[in-house]
Amino acid sequence: MSPPNAPGPGAAPVVPLAGQAGSGPARPSRAAARPAYHLVSLLVENRAGVLVRVSGLFARRGFNIYSLAVAPTDDPRFSRISIVVDVESAPLEQVVAQLDKLVNVVRIDELHPLDARQAELLLVTVGADAVSRAQVIQLAEVFGAKVVDVGAEALTLRFASVPEALDDFEEVLRPYGIRAIQRTGRIALPKLGKSVEGP
Amino acid sequence: MELTGAQALIKSLESQGVEVIFGLPGGAILPVYDPIIDSSIRHVLVRHEQGAGHAAEGYAQVTGRPGVAMVTSGPAATNIVTPLANAYMDSTPLVVVTGQVARGSIGTDAFQEVDTTGVTAGVTKHNWLVTDPERIVQVVAEAFHVATTGRPGPVLIDFPKDVANARLTWHEPSPVDLPGYRPAGPPDPASIAEAADLVLSARRPVCYVGGGVVKSGASVALAELVELTGIPVTTTLMARGAFPDSHPLSLGMPGMHGTYAAVTAMQRADLLLALGSRFDDRVTGRVDAFAPGARVVHVDVDRAEIGKVRRADVAVVADCRLALEALVAELRRRAREQPDALEPGRLAAWVEQLAGFKERFPLTYDEAAEGGSRAAGSLKPQQVIEELRDATPEDTILVSGVGQHQMWASQFWRFEHPRTWVNSGGLGTMGFAVPAAIGAKVGRPDRMVWAVDGDGCFQMTAQELVTASAERIPVKIAILNNAYLGMVRQWQQMFYEERYSEVYLSPDLPDYVGWAEAMGCVGLRVATPEEVRPAIEKANDVEDRPVVIDFRIDSMEQVFPMVPAGSSNDEIVVHPSQRALLEQDRR
Repeated sequence: MSPPNAPGPGAAPVVPLAGQAGSGPARPSRAAARPAYHLVSLLVENRAGVLVRVSGLFARRGFNIYSLAVAPTDDPRFSRISIVVDVESAPLEQVVAQLDKLVNVVRIDELHPLDARQAELLLVTVGADAVSRAQVIQLAEVFGAKVVDVGAEALTLRFASVPEALDDFEEVLRPYGIRAIQRTGRIALPKLGKSVEGP
Repeated sequence: MELTGAQALIKSLESQGVEVIFGLPGGAILPVYDPIIDSSIRHVLVRHEQGAGHAAEGYAQVTGRPGVAMVTSGPAATNIVTPLANAYMDSTPLVVVTGQVARGSIGTDAFQEVDTTGVTAGVTKHNWLVTDPERIVQVVAEAFHVATTGRPGPVLIDFPKDVANARLTWHEPSPVDLPGYRPAGPPDPASIAEAADLVLSARRPVCYVGGGVVKSGASVALAELVELTGIPVTTTLMARGAFPDSHPLSLGMPGMHGTYAAVTAMQRADLLLALGSRFDDRVTGRVDAFAPGARVVHVDVDRAEIGKVRRADVAVVADCRLALEALVAELRRRAREQPDALEPGRLAAWVEQLAGFKERFPLTYDEAAEGGSRAAGSLKPQQVIEELRDATPEDTILVSGVGQHQMWASQFWRFEHPRTWVNSGGLGTMGFAVPAAIGAKVGRPDRMVWAVDGDGCFQMTAQELVTASAERIPVKIAILNNAYLGMVRQWQQMFYEERYSEVYLSPDLPDYVGWAEAMGCVGLRVATPEEVRPAIEKANDVEDRPVVIDFRIDSMEQVFPMVPAGSSNDEIVVHPSQRALLEQDRR
């Protein structure tokens, strides 16, 4: 089981999203196919096995995780888990009520997407030969992405923004050939001045 | 005072008031078995770890106190997974201690290593792997707190061998501080007021009483509510005994094999007072056709049960006893303000209709054929239950396994008191009865404990009768031996065109009497109706060892009424002798 205090800026997706990674044949735009989702932010005790309890609960109850991100908070006793739940798979109240029964889950915030500040990070390796390299770099600049690695036939880019911008970035890079892609999953905090519905 | 981790564990269990541990030692738990020799706690040595878990469940169900089981790592831990799952489904408080390999060996596939906390996470309320000897005392306190508060359930403490051997200084536990654990307590007065509104306006109300009423000790409050309001009562399989069957407003058990009156009352109700019940599929039948005209007041200590299956019009998230007491007080207050609010006549038509159902469609069975009554195999299982009921004290504890015999026991016994019925409801664990009866008898040595078991069930855990003999635990087992996995056979009979696949067991193999005697029990065999009562009376007189009676019952007997799986409760199939009358009623 992975301890929730893994190093790094955040985030390790545990449940892979079908078709998320890798270049592959063309497929429907993620933006068009994006399901309605619930955003649940959990404050959990930072103990071994907590992530397993949370993800196991989802598996057991038949709730689908769209993405999941976890990292310690400023208080090392606690970690925060941001989960995007497929709205089709379960009513939000049932998801929250079941999560609330986990002894290590200290607090649950149901975030309405409109009331939350959301962000996501991606790393992508995209084909960039002598002909296309300048175009790819230009696109990166337009989006505010950084070039973090340069190879003879490819570039690796880093991009952090709202998840929808990541979707768009992915789309514009696709024609150049995505060799590998890793997204962290959505993280979120309530907008300032908005009340948050807790348990 | 300096002591070992093992001593700290046993001392912690003692200070939690534990009087008995059901267990079986092995390598990783060895250090903990040494201080047991010096402990005030009784240890009951089972013959299989599953037996330890079910015995602890039986103990917990009859006493209301947490049952404790202790086993070693690896295969012992996996053997006790079934009782954990069973206790989780039936909300039975259990504290299970498993040995674990030394901390340094965890993750190396060491001998008898299993990821016990991982394996059991889905079937426990919570579990702990103790990695710091200084945490032992606190973990035990937390474990008992979690097991017994809110919705009770099983917990597990996984205890590495080197933690048991570590040395520490004894300290009392601190007050339990689990920031993420907030069991519900008293009800929100606003929800009680709303519930009272619905109670007062209902004209066809039914109490749908579940196991939560037994667990929370709410039977007295329920009786007060019924006296005050005149609302009829159904008691689910987990709630048998929560309300006396002899009460005129008792409708019996609802669900797949419930009484016609209980099933039909819920179908026609305008209000369901769901009290510590969870709209289990065996109660509701097809959910979208269940109690179509009823509004729902759902009282449950577990918020996740509210709305899980059926939307609640009023949700009362609270301990059932506290909620019922508050509801009774609120209704009394309303009745003072408006004296005719609870006027009995308001429900007269409804109560009369239900009394008619009870009278015309009682539980029934075909008597053994005339003249054939002496023939072997003509014995009716329902008659055995009735005679057992009539020949034993009213406070007898009845335990059952899972299958046809369980349904007949629930139907034909007469339950008058809470905690007199012990069975495996949610998980449906065959083999539950023998070890659970042992635990029940240990918990209530003053009571007579009878288990009604099936021949299929008995073969799964019968070896625990060796435990019972060795420990002088005089349980009594009535095997309803129909030589079949009877419930499966009934489904094949009804839904698979009588194509019987792998359900025949033979009445003679094993020889149950010989087997019982080999295990140190008194063994008796009964094949005809005339022999039933004398055999039961003989068994009742045996106080120094277990008794097993092999009742040779009619192989083809079926359980009625029955709502076929996936059907609406309106499609209830009654006993063949009542079908013409029911057809007439439906027209």
